[in-house]
Amino acid sequence: MRRLNTEVAIVGAGWSGFRSISPDLSFREMMFEAATKAYTDAGIDPRRDLDGLVTAEEDFHEGIAISDEYVPDQMGAVLRSVHTIAGDGLQALAAGVMQIAAGAARIVAVESHSKASNVLNLDQITALAMDPVFQRPLEVHPVFIAGLELRRYLEVTRTPIEHVARVVVKNRRNALRNPRAAFPADLSLEDVLDSEPLAEPLTRAMAAAPADGCVVFVLARGDVARTLTDRPVWIRGLGWATDSYTLENRDWEGARYLRQAAERAYRQAGIRSPRRAFDLVEVDDTFAYKELQHLEALGLCRPGEAGWWTAEGATEVGGELPVNPSGGCLGEGHLLDASGLARLLEAVLQLREEAGPRQVPNARTALVASWRGLPTTTGAVAVLSREP
Amino acid sequence: MERWVYPTTGLKQEDLEEARVCMTRAPLRGEYAWDAGVAVGRFLAELKAGRLVGRRCRVCRRVMVPPRMFCEQCFRPTDEWVPLQDTGTVLTFSVCTVAWDMRRLEVPEVPAVIAIDGASPGMGILHKLGEVGRTVDEILDRVHIGLRVQAVWKPPRRREGAITDILYFRPVGA
Repeated sequence: MRRLNTEVAIVGAGWSGFRSISPDLSFREMMFEAATKAYTDAGIDPRRDLDGLVTAEEDFHEGIAISDEYVPDQMGAVLRSVHTIAGDGLQALAAGVMQIAAGAARIVAVESHSKASNVLNLDQITALAMDPVFQRPLEVHPVFIAGLELRRYLEVTRTPIEHVARVVVKNRRNALRNPRAAFPADLSLEDVLDSEPLAEPLTRAMAAAPADGCVVFVLARGDVARTLTDRPVWIRGLGWATDSYTLENRDWEGARYLRQAAERAYRQAGIRSPRRAFDLVEVDDTFAYKELQHLEALGLCRPGEAGWWTAEGATEVGGELPVNPSGGCLGEGHLLDASGLARLLEAVLQLREEAGPRQVPNARTALVASWRGLPTTTGAVAVLSREP
Repeated sequence: MERWVYPTTGLKQEDLEEARVCMTRAPLRGEYAWDAGVAVGRFLAELKAGRLVGRRCRVCRRVMVPPRMFCEQCFRPTDEWVPLQDTGTVLTFSVCTVAWDMRRLEVPEVPAVIAIDGASPGMGILHKLGEVGRTVDEILDRVHIGLRVQAVWKPPRRREGAITDILYFRPVGA
């Protein structure tokens, strides 16, 4: 697809959280809070204006089979088109955009949430995503996959592990200026490197801790968006891709899924030189090295360059290209299926100049990139702009 | 079109029991502790006290049970708690001769939706009926849509704040 054949904008955003635990709210009440904010922000009455709802959720994360049946009431979407994506929230965004582009809807809500604190054996649930014949019988914690990938990354790109630790320091410091962040902290490189080893060379501080939260967006067709708001955030390009899933012979180096996704999104948005195209980037950093690997896959720097770039401070707020001014998953907490929407939320607030003390001055374009998490090879990319 | 046919061997139960074939067991274990939140939390606490409660929306005036903090019709927060009766009317029911794990039941179970007195029409609780007979014929003879029923509670000391604090609903005056 060369261009999106219909203009689509984000006209409302709302959230609940993010927090390490949220025992005061059920997942329904958390969604209602986020949805109320998003609809108020968009200035719509969902019972009158909403054509459809797209959610991203995973039954094993909910502990309810066919959990998508449990979403319409608290979203104002009873007796509307409801569509659930088993994937990252950015893939739900893509589904919402396609519904509008296809002429099936004028206004669509996109939602995803995490009640990670309610999953008592979250690590074992993640392990259920591994092959039941070849991998699960080995009974290894799935974080080992990050260890395998990190070792290859360090070896092939000759990146010092300190540069990976630098990502943690940067992102959790950025989170100090983000009221949504569950895990803000002022750490030193030594704090990161000396934290408990998880899957060597990966330490605990290099892995994002799970958090609870919900993110809701309201999407509208271009002409409708212009009547609703004077500060729409336009979706200029979207891409998503899944690589071969096998652990035994997958590509361990380049995050090819994200390179593919980015190429498609850039083509739609007409971007030829991504390094100069964006004022800020929100990218998946579920594991600290993923930020580096993903920056390279997105074509923002050459393979092996992201660590050095980070060490020079180029990705700090105030640097050449701020990366994860929100604090990323490391600072905000990992929201399971809602992680991509948490990245998107920061980009939208930045482009609306509502990011408070972490505002990137004069931010006009943003890049958002997500990863579906262990053990997947799925990523999605969105190109956003203040101009249509 | 080229067609592939693979040589196959049928398996018998003994082949599995005597481990004559390769097998991988992959049990699924999920452990969850769902946050009840405001509405369900209060509802369960009231059950423990032997009471049913609902929530009212002042705009559409409905009283909802099980309670929720939002009105799905008006999309706004609900406004107040409303005490309800533990009596009601059977909206629909079924006579089940298999248990949830597909065991054949000697005495059938009678799941029913019971519209609770004090809540809006059609607002009710899913529970089981009891004291309505031991065979399908007996049950069909005694139970009908519109039957008036009342909750039979566990003794207060054994209640734990769960829907099972109500043992079952039985016909009023039975």
